[in-house]
Amino acid sequence: MIERLFRFRGGVQPATHKDDSVVAPIAQAPLPKRLYVPLRPNTRAKARLIVEPGQKVLKGECIGEADGVLGTACHAPTSGTVVEIVRHAMPHPSDLPVACVVIEPDGEDRWIERQPFHCVCASSRQVVLDYLRDSGIVGLGGAAFPSHIKIGTQREVDTLILNGAECEPWITSDDRLMREQADEIMRGASLLAELTGAKRILIGIEDNKAEAIAAMREAATKVHPVSQVVAVPTLYPAGGEKQLIRVLTGIEIPHGKLGAEFGIRCFNVGTARAVHRAIDLGEPLISRVVTLTGNVEQPGNFEVLIGTPIEDLLPLVKPKAGTDKYLHGGPMMGFALPDLSAPVVKGTNCIIAGSPDLFPPPKPELPCIRCGACSQACPVDLQPLELYWFARAKNFGKAQEYHLFDCIECGCCAYVCPSHIPLVDYYRFAKSEIWAREREHNEADQARERFEFRNYRIEREKSEKAAKLAARAAETKAKLAAKAAAEGADADKAAEPDPKKALIEAAMKRAQEQKEKSAPKNTENLPDSVKSEIAEIDKRRKPLEAFDEPDNGASAGEENK
Amino acid sequence: MIHSPYIRKKIGVHTVMSNVLIALLPAVGLYVWQIGAGILVQLVLATVVALAAEALVLTLRRRPVLPALTDLSAIVTAWLIVLSFPPIVPWWLTTLAVLIAIIAAKHLYGGLGQNPFNPAMVGYCAMIVAFPSLMAQWPPVGTVDFSSQLDLILGASRDLDAITGATALDSLRTGLLEGTATVPTLMEQPVFGVFGSAGWEWIGLGYLVGGLWLIARGIITWHMPVAFLSVLAALSGVLWLVDPSHFASPLLHLASGGALLAAFFIVTDPVSGATTPRGKLLFAAGIALITYIIRVWGAFPDGIAFGVLLMNMCVPLIDMKTQPPVFGYKGDRHDG
Repeated sequence: MIERLFRFRGGVQPATHKDDSVVAPIAQAPLPKRLYVPLRPNTRAKARLIVEPGQKVLKGECIGEADGVLGTACHAPTSGTVVEIVRHAMPHPSDLPVACVVIEPDGEDRWIERQPFHCVCASSRQVVLDYLRDSGIVGLGGAAFPSHIKIGTQREVDTLILNGAECEPWITSDDRLMREQADEIMRGASLLAELTGAKRILIGIEDNKAEAIAAMREAATKVHPVSQVVAVPTLYPAGGEKQLIRVLTGIEIPHGKLGAEFGIRCFNVGTARAVHRAIDLGEPLISRVVTLTGNVEQPGNFEVLIGTPIEDLLPLVKPKAGTDKYLHGGPMMGFALPDLSAPVVKGTNCIIAGSPDLFPPPKPELPCIRCGACSQACPVDLQPLELYWFARAKNFGKAQEYHLFDCIECGCCAYVCPSHIPLVDYYRFAKSEIWAREREHNEADQARERFEFRNYRIEREKSEKAAKLAARAAETKAKLAAKAAAEGADADKAAEPDPKKALIEAAMKRAQEQKEKSAPKNTENLPDSVKSEIAEIDKRRKPLEAFDEPDNGASAGEENK
Repeated sequence: MIHSPYIRKKIGVHTVMSNVLIALLPAVGLYVWQIGAGILVQLVLATVVALAAEALVLTLRRRPVLPALTDLSAIVTAWLIVLSFPPIVPWWLTTLAVLIAIIAAKHLYGGLGQNPFNPAMVGYCAMIVAFPSLMAQWPPVGTVDFSSQLDLILGASRDLDAITGATALDSLRTGLLEGTATVPTLMEQPVFGVFGSAGWEWIGLGYLVGGLWLIARGIITWHMPVAFLSVLAALSGVLWLVDPSHFASPLLHLASGGALLAAFFIVTDPVSGATTPRGKLLFAAGIALITYIIRVWGAFPDGIAFGVLLMNMCVPLIDMKTQPPVFGYKGDRHDG
């Protein structure tokens, strides 16, 4: 049992707007006409296509196998026909299309044969992890990081944390899920605890979700003896993984380190439920809860099949007039959808219809007055105002020195800035510039390496040639010596003047012969100017021939061919 | 394209500045009650001059004028100049100080947010160096009524000794320098009140109230006022305990001159001050140290302005050396 809560510095308390949608129970979203199931749940995790256009698939059938280290499988969300494989818009600020399997539902929603994964304890850990990978389980908190990787590292785990904080305004999908499916979440949590070897489970929920806390408490006592539901103060970004770990355990995990190194694993409540459904029911991850809210008439929470185009969902909540954009995720860290035909993906927790009333355009940017409001709001204890100056001045070295890459882009600094400076944009700019420069630098490094290798290769070939020549010379020398020895002991005195001389003589003779042989014969009829040119060239050639004899004969011959 | 966060707190530079102005009102009220309404004339004059100067410079710099005028920062500078000046200085002195503050100290460095020195204190220092006698005319309570205040502001000739006396700090220093008097005997002069200069000491309470309100509102943090006042109290306290006949009590130092005004409103200027928590403590402590030295051994009636300017120069270094450890690195903080 934890006795006290810790706090992280900073944080902000924007209006939550959760009341709009929290009252709506999770409803099943209707089948869309077409599903666009992406072959990658996030930018790094990939799946390899294993179906063809025209093929019939059943609900839950694997359509893409895990590919690569971070790969996870993906599955048909309903039964139907694979129509085509296309590059389709994604809910991502870049608006870059991603390969999607387009499935036309047959309306029967027929499952494949579901086989629960019996007895986790008897299987080796790797088998279970592979099973989770093949069930397409990724983190449902937003980043869609493959869960089997997160569970996988072989470190001692003390604490399993379930993240039910849901600190971003508007979003209520986890809240509803905890109210309605607390048992499933807790079963998943105990499976995760078993897999990670965690001794205790802490479930962190922001204290503005009293009903979810009550439901989870009830389930927790039923399902797992060493689990505790903790109400954490409502303070954005309490649901950030590292912030929640700090609040619950007092441990601060530095940038670039994982909770694993401190004996902590943290999973979203939705992920825990997906783990439960995969292992206990044999259902792969094919749907998730999405909050649809904002400038709409009937905000709600829906169980949505992965791959459902977002535009097909919107009629469910009836967007009001004046809606000028749709946000994917919360207003603090989400982004405006560039294309509404993009499908719901595993990381989609909320779609907010935005209007100028709800999200007014930012006021004009004024100069920074160094008031320090941003430093006080920063949950990772940065000095955002210093980072701002450095990013603005493109002094990226200094920005990194002031821990630019520790910034989690939570948006607290920009939220409180009295000068309305879009601070996070400056940090994103600085980060991407630094990445671009690193890439350039790497490319330059590679070019340099290639160049250096080329020089080395030329050098090596030269020395190889020289060695070969030396070997030949040694051979000739040995031959001559043998010859001299054979000519008799009485010739000792004559042979004494040294084999080198003989060697040179022999070579010169050879060259002479070759030269005569190859000397141009058609020079008689040339005009005088050309003749004098040739004479000049010959003159230039002479010292060269004397200098570098053995090969010159051959090359001279070649030249004159 | 607008990026996250899509929501913003309802706050602006003008909110910050208007809060500062509101926080000054209790002190202004007490000022009028104790000393007279002349201060109001000065405030209006300085406000008008500051806004005009700001508009002029922005026009010359081809920058948008309206956002800068409505951010109220020029008015804050103007008010701080007036409140740190004697209330009966002639109008041209106030005008000159405001012009120097706005044009030279603020806009020649690039305008709001760019000035390395506290503009109000630049104006103050320029005037106290150029017109030391005018800047030393602090009327004792009840000696100058509003109409004569107005006359003096408008440039009536001054019979200095008849209407103005020195401040508590001034009388103390000059008295002690003569070497004949001691603190207790000097304190019997009518210029002294309960804590500091009679009448003036109550205005300090106004600053205290306003300042605490600013801290409660989160406009300023506690660091600078606490560091400034406690270091000033500690320094004066130690020397007072050692030799009470030659050093004034900490209470007198805290209640005199502009100590409370400076602690909550001048030292805390965000633009020219340190920004890190430890940096703020260092910055304000440095000002207190310089202030005390100038008050006791210097040639000027008060040393806060010089302390502020000198410490302004150290701000880049202080900020650089006092960066707080980042989340997750608390264990291995490298620079203190």
